[in-house]
Amino acid sequence: MTATSIPALFDETRVRGGFLQGLLSSDLPRSRVLSFILLAILAILAATPFLFSGSQPLSTAAKICVFIVLVASYDLLLGYSGIVSFAHTMFFGIGGYGVAIALERLGASWTSVAVGLAAALVLSALLAAAIGLLSLRVRAIFFSMITLAVASAVAVLASQLSEITGGEDGLSFQLPFELRPAFRPLSEPLFGVTVNGRVVAYYLVFFVALGVFLLLLRLVNSPFGRVLQAIRENEFRAEALGYRVVAYRTAASVISALAAAVAGALIALWLRYNGPDTTLSFSIMIDILLMVVIGGMGTMYGAVISATLFVLAQSYLQVLMEAGSTALSGVPILPNLIHPDRWLLWLGALFIISVYAFPGGIVGRLRQGRSSRA
Amino acid sequence: MNLSTTTPALETRGLTIRFGGHVAVNDVSCRFTPGTLTAIVGPNGAGKTTYFNLVSGQLRATAGQVLVDGQDITGLPPSARTRRGLGRAFQLTNLFPQLTALENVRLAVQSRADAGWSLFKVWNSRRDLIEKAEAVLERVRLADKRHVAPKALSHGDQRKLEVALIIAMEPKVFMFDEPTAGMSVDEVPTVLELIHDIKQRGDATVLLVEHKMDVVRSLADRIIVLHNGTLVADGEPAEVIASPVVQEAYLGLEAARA
Repeated sequence: MTATSIPALFDETRVRGGFLQGLLSSDLPRSRVLSFILLAILAILAATPFLFSGSQPLSTAAKICVFIVLVASYDLLLGYSGIVSFAHTMFFGIGGYGVAIALERLGASWTSVAVGLAAALVLSALLAAAIGLLSLRVRAIFFSMITLAVASAVAVLASQLSEITGGEDGLSFQLPFELRPAFRPLSEPLFGVTVNGRVVAYYLVFFVALGVFLLLLRLVNSPFGRVLQAIRENEFRAEALGYRVVAYRTAASVISALAAAVAGALIALWLRYNGPDTTLSFSIMIDILLMVVIGGMGTMYGAVISATLFVLAQSYLQVLMEAGSTALSGVPILPNLIHPDRWLLWLGALFIISVYAFPGGIVGRLRQGRSSRA
Repeated sequence: MNLSTTTPALETRGLTIRFGGHVAVNDVSCRFTPGTLTAIVGPNGAGKTTYFNLVSGQLRATAGQVLVDGQDITGLPPSARTRRGLGRAFQLTNLFPQLTALENVRLAVQSRADAGWSLFKVWNSRRDLIEKAEAVLERVRLADKRHVAPKALSHGDQRKLEVALIIAMEPKVFMFDEPTAGMSVDEVPTVLELIHDIKQRGDATVLLVEHKMDVVRSLADRIIVLHNGTLVADGEPAEVIASPVVQEAYLGLEAARA
């Protein structure tokens, strides 16, 4: 073994054992600030039912958990595999509709949840495999177009088949008893909070999201994940090295679709509702695309930070602007500029600024800061 | 040489490709036996790289067959041909520009070990793959640059890394396409030594497209000459170089240019 000339350099080929290394698949945050932010997000999400009162913070936290999975699974495609798909919310929607239709038709039981989720996963896998095998051979732009066409077709189908899907109104349904507000698993309040079915539902969302995220982190750091990155870098060379490019890409699409379907099932369970606007809409597709870019493509951790920021902004930016607008009510123009109705404008401005300022995304920027000091 | 009794490691039968009216490779039949280094020479546009592309699968032949160890691989995609034992180094450096030199080689080792479909292990738990990749980097004298990405390497080092990738794949048939092109004079011997070394170790079949006649003379056991896509000469180096057809088709051109 040769001595490395730069001892400060992070050497990821040296395995250091340990629980954390294993859990995070040797892909540590590699930046003190990033580690701190991630730990803070994890801690707050884990303790949300006990930290905040009311239903709004809990709903926001649940949405953050779901979007972390959704964005991370899209990062597997966009960031790690270099595949630009516009069909990701389609799988999100399939997961949501799977659970919603099963619970509505078969009654509010765990069996229905299992049946709905299983059906959604099978359908997602088949669709993703079909799109992948049929169209991942063609040029990237055509693949994107095909995903766009399929996703639009499915969205139209979902709104037309109102007998099954509830059309534009969507489906409201009852949850299994253990997830309803009336359920009381503990006779005494815990840390001053009455634990009810909503809290149980929140932890279901939280732990499933955490599990899926860690699984995705493992996948991108596996030999398989390394092949995906090689294909992204140089498809021609990867094929010449003996890797069947179409098969690897299709596998990545299928895995990503499965994770998105799980995320869709979680959001439906949390909302006790699923409709075109909550899971299938194209604006969600644009949102997750932006979130992957802003968080940092090919970083996984970027999904955690950007999903958190984005959902918080969606939920609280308007409130914040309302306050600002009122405070500045004497000043000309300014109150109008930060009127709550302009929140999308400001969100858009924030996006443009962050994409310009941090081309590598938030995580890229934080890691860069670390290595330049080293 | 005993061409008739041994099964050739690689054989092409009537290999042909047409682009519209232009026949880039025309009915090339040739056998390559283990332990032999064959140089493929010919003027620019003679079809040497196209012939390589047909063999390794980047192009599909209009007619003819490619056989590895007697098995027809003509219908297979490049990845499947690689797994059958064809190793190709490219003329224009063709690497993973953002990944480290070590990762470039490790990916080749990983492919050879057929470990790409392992989804739930962490990649660095396969110490054996990393160690093998490091050994290959050592062999091509790039060990000190293991953490450098190709885009930051000198042209010569990129060429060495290209050779490292083909070594890491441990193919039966090594195909080098002008491995020393664009290298500075002092770097050329390293690459030639590496190729010589590959030939010395075991039963490798080596195909080498090369322009530099001194290189060909020192390394080759056999020379084949392509001219306008057709095989025009085949034999021992001294004999081929001296033949009138080569003098005219190839060396004449070189001499005229010089």
